[in-house]
Amino acid sequence: MKRGLIYIVPVALGIAVLLFWEWAVAQWNVPRFVLPAPSAIARSFVDDRAQLAAATWTTFRIVIEAFVLALVTGVALAILFAQSRVVELALYPYAVILQVTPIVALAPLIIIWVGYEHIDKALLILAWIVAFFPILANTTLGLRSADRNLIDLFRLYGASRWQILWKLQLPGALPYLLGAMKISGGLALIGAVVAEFAAGTGTATGLGWTITEAGNRLHIETMFAALAILSVLGVAIFFLLSALEWALLHRWHESAISRQD
Amino acid sequence: MTSLVSLHNISKTFDSGTQAIAALDLDVRAGEFLSLVGPSGCGKSTALRIIADLIAPTTGSVAWRNGKPENGFVFQEPTLMPWRSALDNTRLPLELKGVARGDAEARSRQALARVGLGEFEKAYPRELSGGMKMRVSIARAIAAEPKLLLMDEPFAALDELTRQSLNDDLLKLAREDGITVIFVTHSVYESAYLSDRVVVMTPRPGRVTADIAIAQPAERNAAYRLTPQFTEAAGKISAALGHAMSHAA
Repeated sequence: MKRGLIYIVPVALGIAVLLFWEWAVAQWNVPRFVLPAPSAIARSFVDDRAQLAAATWTTFRIVIEAFVLALVTGVALAILFAQSRVVELALYPYAVILQVTPIVALAPLIIIWVGYEHIDKALLILAWIVAFFPILANTTLGLRSADRNLIDLFRLYGASRWQILWKLQLPGALPYLLGAMKISGGLALIGAVVAEFAAGTGTATGLGWTITEAGNRLHIETMFAALAILSVLGVAIFFLLSALEWALLHRWHESAISRQD
Repeated sequence: MTSLVSLHNISKTFDSGTQAIAALDLDVRAGEFLSLVGPSGCGKSTALRIIADLIAPTTGSVAWRNGKPENGFVFQEPTLMPWRSALDNTRLPLELKGVARGDAEARSRQALARVGLGEFEKAYPRELSGGMKMRVSIARAIAAEPKLLLMDEPFAALDELTRQSLNDDLLKLAREDGITVIFVTHSVYESAYLSDRVVVMTPRPGRVTADIAIAQPAERNAAYRLTPQFTEAAGKISAALGHAMSHAA
């Protein structure tokens, strides 16, 4: 009963809002270039399906590539930081500078450097910059948080640096990394779309471009359709990463203990 | 009894400038159960870590009679890896020393059974009570078959009943395996119950102020805690500790 309500209540509310929206647009004759009815948006999904599918694929591919790249480089650099304080001291300030510089301000420069003919590479780099830092910062913290006594125990039994990293520091950093991945997954999507806005028109054909383009032509229903797809993408990424977190942590981590125990 | 390890004129000053130990001389005999008793911060833990070669002394030397043997270490906290089951935690020392997995698991299973956790090998630390986690920690130490077991206030965080039961189990394990134990504790009664010899240390910087031999009966149990011999031993340790404290003040 209670479990069912968790799904029934929000879905019922959503349907009610859509019905009211449909009714209100017809009742007050709202022009479709101000607010299209849900049925018009649904029609756009059907009519523009080829364009929307291609745009979704383009954006999705950049998000996944940027996310995987951020994961690999973030973890690799965090491992390097955990091994060498000098490397961390030298590089960390620059990672912070890269992080705090607004991506919109950085985008034109990156696009010029990479070139409009490789716009998808530029978008990838921009989405990567946004997604990279949480992984680096959290994983570094996680690797440094290993129990001092456990490190002593490893050393007592003659463990190598590599064994301490692999068997102690990395598993201990996993909850930190998984938390960062949920943030970075969302940020990669935001980064990809914002970078497309910054690129303006041109060869970019993802969902960001679709929204700009549809807006210019006052195809508001297409804008809504692209927005809906972006939301679904974002939610899907979050759920997938939450599921991964649960799968890896639920046996042992405090965060996964149910309150009923 | 022959000497296992001797500390000569050991002192330790940390980078912060704190002097933990000054001029510590200690001779540990093979097969004895030795307790280090002293107030907080008297350098007992530091001494253990110096013996285990986890930190280097500022001055002085550690001399092993027949080379450094296999050491085991048990901390005040259970110090288990939460992502590993009891068996996989117990297996760690053998794994790090390169023992084949099948062999290591068999020996770890045996060690868990000896501390009374034979049925909990698949349990994760968060599913175990404080006393059970400490038992896993002890199983991990004995699985590697140490000659010397270093214990840093291992039972301080446990309730009295659990503590007494672990005291008895520890005595049995140490005797069966012929393990020399150096046991750091705050508790006068715990040291009186467990030890063949109690070394009392002064407040920081720590040095030895009293060395008390205790003639233990063959069998120790709850009734022994009520005998005059036990009370007398505890009284001696308590007096030496009081003496050490008054001189510091």
